[in-house]
Amino acid sequence: MDYVRLINCMRCGMCLPSCPTYKETCLETASPRGRVALVRKIQEGQLLESERLLHYLSLCLDCQACASACPCGVNPGELVADFTCERKERDGLGFMEEVILRHLLPHPDRLEASVAPLRLYQKIGLQRVVRKLGIMKVFPEPIERMESLLPALPRRPLRQEIMEVTAAEGSEKGRIGFFLGCVMSLVFTDASRATVRLLSSLGYTVITPKSQVCCGAPNMLGGDKKGLEEAARTNIDVFNQLDVDFIVTDCGGCGAELKKYKKNAELEGSEKFSSKVRDISEILSLHSEELSKKFRPLPMKVTYHDPCHIAHCQGIRAEPRKLLRIVPGLEFSELEAADSCCGSGGNYNITRPEMAEMILDRKLETIRKSGADVVVTGNPGCLLQLKEGLSRQMPEVRLMHLTELLVQSLDA
Amino acid sequence: MQESFVRELRNIAGERNVLTDPESLAVYGYDSTPELEGAPGAVILPSGAEEVARIMRLCSGSGINVTVRGSGTNLSGGTISSADGVVIQTSRMNRIIEIDEENLTATVEPGVITSTLHREVEALGLFYPPDPGSMNISTMGGNIAENSGGLRGLKYGVTSDYVMGLETVLADGGLLKTGGKAVKDVAGYRINPLLVSSEGTLGFFTGITVKLIPKPKAKITMLAHFPLLQDAAYAVSSIIAAKVIPATLEFLDKVTIRCVEDFAHVGLPLDVDAVLLVEVDGHPAAIAEEAISVEEICRKHNCTFFQRAKDADEGLKLAAARRTALSALARVKPTTILEDATVPRSCIAAMLKIIRESADRHNVTIGTFGHAGDGNLHPTCLTDERDKDEIARAHAAFEEIFDAAIAMGGTITGEHGIGVAKKKYLPKLSGENGIRIMRGIKKVFDPAGILNPGKIF
Ligand SMILES: Cc1cc2nc3c(=O)[nH]c(=O)nc-3n(C[C@H](O)[C@H](O)[C@H](O)COP(=O)(O)OP(=O)(O)OC[C@H]3O[C@@H](n4cnc5c(N)ncnc54)[C@H](O)[C@@H]3O)c2cc1C
Repeated sequence: MDYVRLINCMRCGMCLPSCPTYKETCLETASPRGRVALVRKIQEGQLLESERLLHYLSLCLDCQACASACPCGVNPGELVADFTCERKERDGLGFMEEVILRHLLPHPDRLEASVAPLRLYQKIGLQRVVRKLGIMKVFPEPIERMESLLPALPRRPLRQEIMEVTAAEGSEKGRIGFFLGCVMSLVFTDASRATVRLLSSLGYTVITPKSQVCCGAPNMLGGDKKGLEEAARTNIDVFNQLDVDFIVTDCGGCGAELKKYKKNAELEGSEKFSSKVRDISEILSLHSEELSKKFRPLPMKVTYHDPCHIAHCQGIRAEPRKLLRIVPGLEFSELEAADSCCGSGGNYNITRPEMAEMILDRKLETIRKSGADVVVTGNPGCLLQLKEGLSRQMPEVRLMHLTELLVQSLDA
Repeated sequence: MQESFVRELRNIAGERNVLTDPESLAVYGYDSTPELEGAPGAVILPSGAEEVARIMRLCSGSGINVTVRGSGTNLSGGTISSADGVVIQTSRMNRIIEIDEENLTATVEPGVITSTLHREVEALGLFYPPDPGSMNISTMGGNIAENSGGLRGLKYGVTSDYVMGLETVLADGGLLKTGGKAVKDVAGYRINPLLVSSEGTLGFFTGITVKLIPKPKAKITMLAHFPLLQDAAYAVSSIIAAKVIPATLEFLDKVTIRCVEDFAHVGLPLDVDAVLLVEVDGHPAAIAEEAISVEEICRKHNCTFFQRAKDADEGLKLAAARRTALSALARVKPTTILEDATVPRSCIAAMLKIIRESADRHNVTIGTFGHAGDGNLHPTCLTDERDKDEIARAHAAFEEIFDAAIAMGGTITGEHGIGVAKKKYLPKLSGENGIRIMRGIKKVFDPAGILNPGKIF
């Protein structure tokens, strides 16, 4: 690891108020400043890579709020992630990590097949029975947690149903390659359908190549750099072959990862690929004038939760708000600390459930205070996490992906 | 640390609130001061004054040194401990006890974050002016112990101007109550001003009562661009000489402007030598007039562009950007050594000249920003801790700057404190008698010398 990136932290503490885990604990070990110091001390040979130290580091959500807050340009979350990658490169992946990251995620068919039993489990009513009987209590906590996060699954993953080419409505104004996130395709198919619909209504031909694979973000999260590079290689080749103006995704996590491909200079074509990547809100807000004419009134009280991967990783804050504000009749109110993590953090809510829950509770409280009846966001991780929390505490509040709401206004 | 001692600490503060693992000790071994570190033997997070008193009694009985720590943002090494001492961290003591609207006071525990107090009192139309650049991180206890200044110091003064009452746990665990809510009090020596800026060497503040004032009705934030550094400095003295007292009169030089703009993107000019950030607040009619005077004076001093924030939001953004100055300077090089020399405000121009000359002479890069209206500048050397030669040159340059500040009737630190970092310069400033009296005071408060040893002298 590049030592200068570590000593660049001047320990001013500007990151402290932004860090969700510091806010909960007020402990320096759970702060970005502290994490950089811990990694630095390992490099300097002053601390051992103990289990406890790794446990401290694993409390990081990699939400990157600290990177947004840091005036010195240090990115503590990324430093921790890079450290984990280097460690795994040296020590190898764990058995389950190997199975999931190398043998499941890179193969959409296998991934989809693996979800099928879950769908069946829900469909035949087993989920209700299991939940009622509390059977999950006998499983290890992570599995119980995973089960509770699972919303109703669609009949089939979108990847299997969507057409490779969706024609532009009217004359073609541009061409877009659609990057279909795994979770969006498996769980939030309606939102991704809405995305395609909005794009085509604006005159874009939408091409969704079926040979695309997972963006590799889970690999990065698991410290599997090689897996990430393989995923990137495939996606770059698939999309660079297409004649498209933009590569669009409606998954904040994918967008952040795809934009980062270009950081890896050894991946040929990554610059071309990443420079075309856009979050859906970026494209739609280019057409806000046209959309504002098309939108019909939606009398709702709406607030917006900034996904970390959209606000902190991609710096996109204004666009989604601009789009919500042009929906007639919609009453928009800001969420307090809107860009503070909801506790989802990739698989964080499974690996560190207690912390994730405290962070989620704080978020739910701000939602309650906002008085909104609809919460909008743009990332499937947040959708899963918030859905679980809202259904438990505020079932009357609806949760929607940005495109789901906008398409309603289009069709209203 | 002895097992039995740690066990007793745990009995008092609870198992989870006494940390002794090497990782925790390491991260409580630094603060925002460059080049200084030292891990304590244990870190304790008490929940309130009573626990603090018991811990202090235990430590003094066992002869264990104690360093109090707020958020660890001080810039003079004030929270650096050694392995045979303990750090007591105030973060769990973070309740606002009371906001008294009849007496215009607020009483808080020491771990309350400065800007949290701002928010709470402002919601009631009240105002607690001290606003250090670190206000979103720093604690009230730290502010009191360092007598922190802020961006609004020119008009409103510094922390000590607001401290009315203190509850202090002494080295032996006894309690000292000084001052209170009465606005007048001449009973005996004034102890509060002594405790304010004591840098954790005289006692542990557990209760703090500060004065509040009504919140100013309106404010206007302005930014003036100066192609020449000296002109900005003269404008500062002229504004004050013209009997306009802005709340804020902050200075940023070219190096600082670039770094801040690079991070904050608030539209600072990249082609000028200096900017002044000026804020006037008060009654709308009065500040409208003051803003005009400020603009006239700046223009007279060759300001090429004068901008008024178009709304409160833009004003807040400019002030927030200014608060990042120190940290933003660290974008350029890994290590930033910042100083705090303060001179009578009529000497600002002369001081700026000396800073530039010293930097050139010693071949180091120094960016300067600061509370110009208070005569308090922060020349900041951008360097790399691994380059021992450059570090030595930086310190040589600062030595000259300090000498100049003292010669002008100023001081070596306006608000960051002596701590460890500036210890060696204090005798030059205070003289033999000054040091002798300070040592005497320390002896009365802390005869065994267990409170933050090695700081100040
Ligand atoms: C980016 C940045 C900007 C800054 N801007 C300013 C500024 O504009 N003006 C300014 O004056 N300073 C500024 N500072 C310095 C610093 O923030 C202040 O000194 C602040 O008051 C320290 O607060 P803290 O809670 O971090 O205290 P700490 O650093 O934790 O402690 C500081 C000292 O206070 C003592 N202490 C803490 N709590 C107690 C207590 N309860 N009882 C007794 N002693 C106690 C400690 O022992 C130590 O000696 C800045 C620092 C940074 C990093």
